[in-house]
Amino acid sequence: MEYQNLFSRTAAALKPSGIRKFFSLAAEMEDVISLGVGEPDFKTPWVIRKAGIDSLDRGRTWYTANSGLAALQQEITRYLDRRFRLEYEPSQVLVTVGGSEAIDLTIRAFVNPGDEVLLPEPSFVAYAAIVELCGGVVVPLVTKAEDDFRLTADALRAAITDKTKLLIFPFPNNPTGGVMRREHLQEIADVLRDTDIMVLSDEIYAELTFGGKQHVSIASVNEDMKARTVLVNGFSKAYAMTGWRLGYVVAPAPVIDVIYKIHQYAIMCAPTTSQYAAIEALRSCDGEIEKMAESYDKRRRLIVGGLNEMGLECFMPGGAFYAFPSIRSTGMASMEFCEKLLEAERVAVVPGDAFGSCGEGYVRICYAYSVEHITEALTRMRRFLKRG
Amino acid sequence: MHDLLKLLEENARYTNSELAAMLDKSEEEVAAAVEAYKKQGVIRGYKAIIDWERIDRDYVSARIELKVTPKRDRGFEELAEQISQYDEVQSLYLMSGGYDLALTVVGESFKDIASFVAYRLAPMESVLSTATHFVLRKYKDKGMILVDPQEDERSVML
Repeated sequence: MEYQNLFSRTAAALKPSGIRKFFSLAAEMEDVISLGVGEPDFKTPWVIRKAGIDSLDRGRTWYTANSGLAALQQEITRYLDRRFRLEYEPSQVLVTVGGSEAIDLTIRAFVNPGDEVLLPEPSFVAYAAIVELCGGVVVPLVTKAEDDFRLTADALRAAITDKTKLLIFPFPNNPTGGVMRREHLQEIADVLRDTDIMVLSDEIYAELTFGGKQHVSIASVNEDMKARTVLVNGFSKAYAMTGWRLGYVVAPAPVIDVIYKIHQYAIMCAPTTSQYAAIEALRSCDGEIEKMAESYDKRRRLIVGGLNEMGLECFMPGGAFYAFPSIRSTGMASMEFCEKLLEAERVAVVPGDAFGSCGEGYVRICYAYSVEHITEALTRMRRFLKRG
Repeated sequence: MHDLLKLLEENARYTNSELAAMLDKSEEEVAAAVEAYKKQGVIRGYKAIIDWERIDRDYVSARIELKVTPKRDRGFEELAEQISQYDEVQSLYLMSGGYDLALTVVGESFKDIASFVAYRLAPMESVLSTATHFVLRKYKDKGMILVDPQEDERSVML
């Protein structure tokens, strides 16, 4: 078969990830210290795992309702109110297969071919790919270290055209660790007022904000923002539940109705076992979340301190579990830096341009690793830089 | 600085510079706090957690429950102080419930522990009874899970 001629044009045009080769090389080498993951190092708290196991013991192995278990929808609304002062009805919640499905559904629900989607970069790689699959046009909004990697009102205003359909709003941000405070959100809200632009707010890292400052959802800024926001969140990062694949999307009722249709045909329902486990997570694990966040916070300071000390200028990330240092002082490009560091010292980090071309000159370093692992990685990196 | 104590309890080998970075303090502040905690008797020492089952060494441990008659003036203190003196005794707690003192005792053989109970503990004036439970296997000790550590199974994700 001549497969190449058979694929859909959009699927064939998707760019494969440029760093796959680099990381398969790293995987084949021995004694490599990786700082490349994108998930917690904690196991899912035991009470949550146990709730999943109990549901299996009781034989709860059927599909759930398309939107998810009613008890879970209810717990999600309570959680959003308790932690972020967001009031929704359980019927406005749709439980998805990870935040990823929620992102996919939202983009598919809104984007027509030719629609422009504003995307702050550097950011998670899935948004652009899904927009392209829908025939949409990605308009990158460059976020900069000097603005603490925030989206500025000016950058947003300058990018809006009459084709703009959707703003993707990924804060706290992977890979930069940038966060948006209430006053910054207010400015964004002011720009969006009187437009028809919808916002996909991906708040998967909402529980991982540091320095005693809580995450503020853009949907909580005012009623106008709430009406135009599709909120995406999930259990992966906050509860260390990546492998359970469970997320959710919360939105105004007419939006949920359309998102529901796509979900119903594409997925039917999120995994039942994971949903039972998630109910327990929401009911009893606020303390666990805080304990884990505290632990990331200590490691954040350790790694950012170490990077700055060795001359890799690094902004103090306000959220998520990544540091995003500039490697410009080395004179190397991101990929070159990563390859040489891997070869010389067997430390694997992710080149920043994997997250959009404006990430060039940076690398992403995950600090969801043990202190010993981080310390060893820093020692090796220091040696690498000294050697020049 | 309770956070400092929590970190040292997690791993006593963190260096002052690592601790300082994690706690957002200077190295000098950390060193001074550690010194102060030592002086106050809050930090009592630093030890490795060793899984002796992995080493070719004769090693037995037991939990011993003691029922005792408290002394009129000094309650359980006098007896507890005496029992603490023995090197074989790893831990000694005053308990609520069905018995009074709980000891962890180690030795090289069952015989060691049996003799310790028979010749040291049982004859003590205020000891009414002893119940000895031998440890068959340790799964978790001092907060450390002792089964084989899991490899990092995570893969690179963007």
